Amino acid sequence: MSFTAPDIAWGALSPVLIVLAAGVLGVLAEAFVPDRARRPVQLTLTFGALVGSIVAVAALWSGVKSDGGHDVLDGSLLVDGPTLVLQGAIAVLTLLALLVVADRTATGEDAFAPTAASVPGSEYEELARSKGITQTEVYPLLLLATGGMMILPATGDLLTLFVALEVLSLPLYLLTGMARRRRLLSQEAALKYFLLGAFASALLIFGVALLYGYSGSLRYAEIAVAVGDPSSLDGLLLVGSVLLLVGLLFKVGAVPFHAWTPDVYQGAPTPITGFMAACTKIAAFGALLRVYYTVFPGLQWDLDVLLWTVAIATMVLGTVVALVQTDIKRLLAYSSIAHAGFVLTGVIALDEAGITAVLFYLLAYGVATIGAFGIVWLVRERSVVPLGAAADGDDNTLADDEGGDLRTTVLGEATHLSQWAGLGRTSPVLAGAFALFLLSFAGIPLTAGFIGKFAVFSAAVEGGAWPLALVGVLSSAAAAFFYVRIIVLMYFTPAAHEATQEGAVPATAAGTPAAAEPAAAEGTDVALATEGGTTAVATLVEPSAPTTTTTVVPSEGLAAVAIGVCALVTVVLGVFPTPVLDLISDVARFLP
Amino acid sequence: MTLTHYLVLSGILFSVGAATVLLRRNAIIAFMGVELMLNATNLSLVTFSRMHGELTGQVLAFFVMVVAAAEVVVGLAIIVAIFRTRRSASIDDVNLLKS
Repeated sequence: MSFTAPDIAWGALSPVLIVLAAGVLGVLAEAFVPDRARRPVQLTLTFGALVGSIVAVAALWSGVKSDGGHDVLDGSLLVDGPTLVLQGAIAVLTLLALLVVADRTATGEDAFAPTAASVPGSEYEELARSKGITQTEVYPLLLLATGGMMILPATGDLLTLFVALEVLSLPLYLLTGMARRRRLLSQEAALKYFLLGAFASALLIFGVALLYGYSGSLRYAEIAVAVGDPSSLDGLLLVGSVLLLVGLLFKVGAVPFHAWTPDVYQGAPTPITGFMAACTKIAAFGALLRVYYTVFPGLQWDLDVLLWTVAIATMVLGTVVALVQTDIKRLLAYSSIAHAGFVLTGVIALDEAGITAVLFYLLAYGVATIGAFGIVWLVRERSVVPLGAAADGDDNTLADDEGGDLRTTVLGEATHLSQWAGLGRTSPVLAGAFALFLLSFAGIPLTAGFIGKFAVFSAAVEGGAWPLALVGVLSSAAAAFFYVRIIVLMYFTPAAHEATQEGAVPATAAGTPAAAEPAAAEGTDVALATEGGTTAVATLVEPSAPTTTTTVVPSEGLAAVAIGVCALVTVVLGVFPTPVLDLISDVARFLP
Repeated sequence: MTLTHYLVLSGILFSVGAATVLLRRNAIIAFMGVELMLNATNLSLVTFSRMHGELTGQVLAFFVMVVAAAEVVVGLAIIVAIFRTRRSASIDDVNLLKS
């Protein structure tokens, strides 16, 4: 028996290879580059890789457009139109997310714990902080996750699908647990994400095993042939395909596999939340589209019941629960669940137009999401403490004293909705951009979200799934309510601290909820939310009853650019969607 | 003994693993449940491989093992980090995030 080496088309793999190679180089750089130069090196590497990947996608475009694409690695990867659109979208959105991730804002701190492995509040962490040790493993992790995301929608067999899913998930579990502030929340989110994610991938791989048992192959094309020709093993096929879909639906956060979404979105460092909300969803929906369109068309009658139920439940539950949220990150999480439902209607349509619609929707949603979380990252709590009471060693104190004997410290994100009141007056540009993203989420005309919603719903109607489109339109209307509520809050509600300004003592503002009060561990990185009075908190400094107000920290420039680009793209895609829609529909055909 | 027996055993192991993840309150035990699910999958993969008379399933089983190892690395890192912070690996104690 002789071994024949496969013929590998390296060119067609280049978008993925560039990103993964840079990720591996980043790991090496983390180990060997001296402390001071590490951050610039990592940033250059990451930016370079993503730009290179975008260029590689562009270079492959015309070839794929003319010949419809081809398989690589003997059919393990399929480089066709949808693959390129999704890889391009993921690379561009990761680049935007990276701008937010890399931004240290005026406080000089990024969103990540300098030494994520150390125990919060421990001596070791204090020592590392005083020595100025800062790790930058977030950039290689980001690249490796991106690499997995770019492989996922391109997979041509179930083995690659499983491996790609893990490659994208494992770095995300870690990134989730690396927040600088509210470390316990962050680690807790990481644990939940990990356990549920591992459970979902175990379900997925069991589904893969059953499909392999049914068809004797892992290739999508061969399974599709086996699906078309009934045998005595139909039970394996049905259970296997359901388990496979469950694994993918978990990643997109569809009900009833959504339980992780709000917790993880809330606990993860905000720039990472934006990244994974946008890019994971794109990658997983890409894989779902391919599987549903190329492997399971023969099973449509059986799977429709499942997918219709999931889509309707996702849209309704996402919308209804979002209505009662008081935390901005949780609210955006439930809104992302509702959006997963809207995209699912386009997937279920099983229609040529559905592919274009879903791809466009994902792009529009991703851009608005990264922009919105970028803004959440900049809106912070600020504690005002009488000068003597403040802890020493604060390196994030802004030279911004009102009154002279007050010391202001910028804390974590102001995530409670009431803290966003009056933002439209204090920082009109930022609030305006946020309002724009919310309108895009709501699907108001002249934003990208409207075109996306219109496209998926009309695809659903064409594909005969009009009840789904109806539910979609109704829940969009209901969802518009809570998006508009935030806009009203930002523009027409006075800020809580302004309302109580008359009081001589700067007491805790009446409107500030308990959840918003920091554990007052200034100078450390363990400012935790003490929600519901839970005090599993290593409070190092006695709280001196500080008042917290909401402030917007100026960005270093990177996040501002990202938010600006996101806002611009949202408007441009909303006003002139035709070029992009044409670009996508030109190539939106899956290889069989 | 037919190949079906192996599949039934694999199904039972998988269900035990799934029940462990859903019912046990210790993060490490829950994680062991996931590992059991993956190994049950390996058993059925190898059985199917035998059934079809080809090697794809066995190769896939190797990949599952590697992925499981990678998952252990990441998972235990997260669980240990939480344990060192809170002196507890119970999932019930991990309840700061609530709606």
